[in-house]
Amino acid sequence: MHVHFLDPYQDLRSPVHALDARVKLVLALVFILVVSLTPNGAWASLLLLFAVAVSAVLLAGLNVGYVLRRAGLALPFALAALPLVFTAPGARIELGATGISLSQIGIERLLSIFFKSYVSMQMAIVLASATSFPDLLQAMRAIRLPKLLVAIFGLMWRYLFVLVDEAMRLLRARDSRSGALDAARNVGGSISWRARSAGGMAGNLFMRSFERGDRIYDAMAARGYDGEVRSMRHPALSAQSLRVLVAGLVLLSVLFALPRLFA
Amino acid sequence: MLSSPAQMHVPDGFLTTTVSIVLWVLAVLAIVVALRRVGNDLGERQVPLMGVLAACIFAGQMLNFPVAGGTSGHLIGAALAAILLGPWAGILVLACVTGIQALIFQDGGLLAMGSNIVNMGVVSVFTAWGVYRIVQMAARGARWGMIVGGFAAAWISVVVASMAAALQLAASGASPANVAIPTMAGVHMLIGIGEGLITVGALSFLAATRRDLVSHDKTAAVAGRGVWIAGLVLAIGLAVASPLASTHPDGLERVAADIGFLDRAQSSPYKIFSDYMIPGIHNQALSTIVAGVVGVLLVFVVAYGVARMRRGANTAS
Amino acid sequence: MHHSIEVEDLHFSYPDGHVALNGATLSVAPGEKVALLGPNGAGKSTLILHLNGILKPTSGRVHVAGIDVPNCSKSELAKVRAAVGLVFQQPDDQLFSPTVFDDVAFGPIYQGLPESEVRARVRDALAAVKMSDYVDRVSHHLSVGQKKRIAIATVLSMKPDLLVLDEPTAGLDPRGRRELMHLLHELPQTMLISTHDLAMVRELLPRTIVMEGGRVVANGPTNEILADEVLLHAHGLEKP
Ligand SMILES: Nc1ncnc2c1ncn2[C@@H]1O[C@H](COP(=O)(O)OP(=O)(O)O)[C@@H](O)[C@H]1O
Ligand SMILES: [Mg+2]
Repeated sequence: MHVHFLDPYQDLRSPVHALDARVKLVLALVFILVVSLTPNGAWASLLLLFAVAVSAVLLAGLNVGYVLRRAGLALPFALAALPLVFTAPGARIELGATGISLSQIGIERLLSIFFKSYVSMQMAIVLASATSFPDLLQAMRAIRLPKLLVAIFGLMWRYLFVLVDEAMRLLRARDSRSGALDAARNVGGSISWRARSAGGMAGNLFMRSFERGDRIYDAMAARGYDGEVRSMRHPALSAQSLRVLVAGLVLLSVLFALPRLFA
Repeated sequence: MLSSPAQMHVPDGFLTTTVSIVLWVLAVLAIVVALRRVGNDLGERQVPLMGVLAACIFAGQMLNFPVAGGTSGHLIGAALAAILLGPWAGILVLACVTGIQALIFQDGGLLAMGSNIVNMGVVSVFTAWGVYRIVQMAARGARWGMIVGGFAAAWISVVVASMAAALQLAASGASPANVAIPTMAGVHMLIGIGEGLITVGALSFLAATRRDLVSHDKTAAVAGRGVWIAGLVLAIGLAVASPLASTHPDGLERVAADIGFLDRAQSSPYKIFSDYMIPGIHNQALSTIVAGVVGVLLVFVVAYGVARMRRGANTAS
Repeated sequence: MHHSIEVEDLHFSYPDGHVALNGATLSVAPGEKVALLGPNGAGKSTLILHLNGILKPTSGRVHVAGIDVPNCSKSELAKVRAAVGLVFQQPDDQLFSPTVFDDVAFGPIYQGLPESEVRARVRDALAAVKMSDYVDRVSHHLSVGQKKRIAIATVLSMKPDLLVLDEPTAGLDPRGRRELMHLLHELPQTMLISTHDLAMVRELLPRTIVMEGGRVVANGPTNEILADEVLLHAHGLEKP
C-alpha cells in the first residue's frame, strides 16, 4: 500500500550511483546550463550533448528505452513552440502549391527547443534515478543552499510518502462510497459538487498535516531542537571524485566552446 | 497518476539562458525574504510546519475529480496555501513543491526551475493573496467573503500565473506572444474554475472543522499592507501587459530577439554559420557534421566499452 | 534521593479552552517501571508532554531528575530533554529525518557531541534495538514494528535515565508486540509507559497509575489494580 512507485531512485550498483552526490549535482546542473547555452541549430554540439546524456544513462546502468521514453514526457509542451514554424521571420520554405510557407529559422528554433528539452530531461532523469534523495540533500547543503531550506526539503520528502498515502486513502474512501463516479451519466453529483468534495478532502488533508506538523515539532523539541539547523560535517571530496568532477567540467567546457570555435 | 497538473511547468530548453537566470535571481530573492519572514513568524516551528505542509500541497495535487470524457481536475494549491498560510509561507511552500517536482519527477526543468518558482510560487501566491484580501475587506467578515474570495483568488491566480509563463516563453522566442498568451490564458481560465471550486471546498471544510486555520488576523498582520498591494499590482500589470503583448507580438519578438542576441553575443561568429547549416551545401557545415558524428561515435564507444566491462565484472564476480 | 518524576496538582488547558489535566499528582522513583492506564482522552499524552517542558502547565509542579521543568533555564531544559527519552505514539511523527541514521543521530547532534561520539551513539542505540543493519535505510520503507524500534533508538542514543513511552504496542501485530516487549524488558532505564495493553502491563510493569478526566484515580501495585474488577470497569478497562 505504500507508494514506493513515487520514488524514481533505482537502487543499482554503477559508477554513476557510486559517484559523490555533490559531483553529480554540479555536473548535471552545468550540463543543463551548457545545453541551454548551445546556440539553436548547432546540431553537432547538440548531438554530442545527446551522446553525453546517453552515455550517462548507460553508465548508470539504467534502462535506455525507459529513459528515452520518459524524457519524452515534456515534449507535448513543445506544442507551445509549434507556431514558430509559421510566424518566425527570415527565409521561407514554400510548401509546394499549398500557399503555406514555413520559416527556416522557425523550424530550426523549434527543433532546437525540442532537442534541448529532451536532452536536459535525460540528464535530470539520470540524476534522480542514480542519486538517493538523502544524498541529494547533503549535496544541496554542500553547495551552500540555505540550511533552513534544505531542512524543509528533507522534511517534505520524508512526509511526501506518508501524505500521499493519506491522500490515496481519502480518494479510495470516496470512490468506494460513491461507487463509480461516471461523469457521462452524471452519477456522483454535478461537476461543481465533485470539485468541492475533492476540495473537502484537500481541506481534510491540510488540517491533518497542520496537526502533524505540531506533533513533529514536539518530537523534534523533545530531542533538543532549538530552531537552528545542525548537521554533521561533509566528508571531503575524495581524490577520485575530484578527478571525475574536473574531467566532467573540462568535457562540458569543450562542449560549450565547440560551437563558438567553429567558424 | 504520477504526474501532477503540469500544464504550467516549463521544462528545460524552452527559455533562453538569460531569461532563466533572471527568473532564478528573482526566485532566490523571494525565497530568501520568505525564509526570513516565515522564520520570524513561526520561529522553531518553521521547519516542521513548512516541510509537512509542502508535502501536503504536493499530495493534495493528487486529489482529483472526474470532469468529462476521462479527464479530471486537480488542485494546484497556490491560492489555498496563500489564503491559509499568508503570502510568505505560501511562497516557501510552493517553491519547495516546485523544487521537488523538478528534482525528483522532472515536472519542470532544473534551469527553468526559477521560472516555475516565480510563476507558481511568487506570482500565484501574491495574486491570490491580494485578491482574497480585497474581497475579504469588501465582505467585512461575511461568509460569502470566504467563498467568493476563495474562488476568485484561485481562478485569477491560475490565469495570471499562466500568463506569466506565456510571457516568459514569448520573451525567450519559444512561442509567438499572440499565440502563447491567449492559448495559455484560455486553457487556464478553464482549469482555474476547477481550482476555484476545490479551493472553496477546502476552505468550507476547514471553516466548519478548524475555524482557527481560516481566520486571518495573524497572517494579515504579518504580511502587512505592502504585500497585497504588490500582489495586486503584479496581477493587474500582467493582466494588462499580456493582452497588449499578444496584440503586439512584434514587441515581444523584439525582446526575444534582443535577449537572443544577448545569448548569442559571445558566439556571433556562429550566428553567420548557423544559416549555412543545411546539410551538404557548405564545407564548413559538412565539417561540423563530420566532427559531430565522429564525436558521437567516440562517446558511444567509450560508454559501451564501460558498460561491457561492468557487465563482465558483474558476471565474473 | 529525589524522585525521577514528581508531578503535583497539575492543571492544563489547551489553547481552545479544553481542560486536559485537572489536578494530576504522581511520582516515579529511579529504577521503577510504571504503567499509566486510562481511557482515551484521560490526559495521558498531555501529561507526558509536560515531562520535558513541551507543554507548560497552567498551574502545578513538574520536577524531573530534580529540575523544576516549567521554570528552568534553557540549559537546564536541554538537560531535562536529554534525561527524558520521550517515545511518541506515532512513529511517523518521531521519525522525521530522511534516513534512519539521521534520525538516531538527531538527539546526539543537538546535545553538541563530537562526531565520533555521535556515530558511536547511533551504532550502540541501533544495536540495542537490534536494527543495526538498517542504519542507511529510509524510514518510510520500514514496517510499523521496525519504526517503533527505531523510534526507541532515537531516544536511546541520547542516553536517557528515563524512558517515557506513549502507547508503544498500539498498532503492532502479535509478533511485533512480542519483540517490542522483549526489548522493553531488556532496557535498564526507569520507565513510564502509557498503554491500554493490560497483558503487557502485567508482564513488565510492577506499578500502575490509572488516570481519568485529567487526574489520577488509582495508584498501586499492578497485581492489586488489575485484580480490582470494579475499578477497572469504572474506568473503561478490561481485565486481560
Ligand atoms: N492539541 C489539542 N488541542 C485541544 N485539545 C486537545 C489537544 N490534544 C488533546 N486534547 C484533548 O485533551 C484531552 C486529553 O487528551 P490526551 O492527553 O491526548 O488523552 P489520552 O492520551 O489519555 O488519550 C482529550 O479530551 C483531548 O480531546
Ligand atoms: Mg494519547
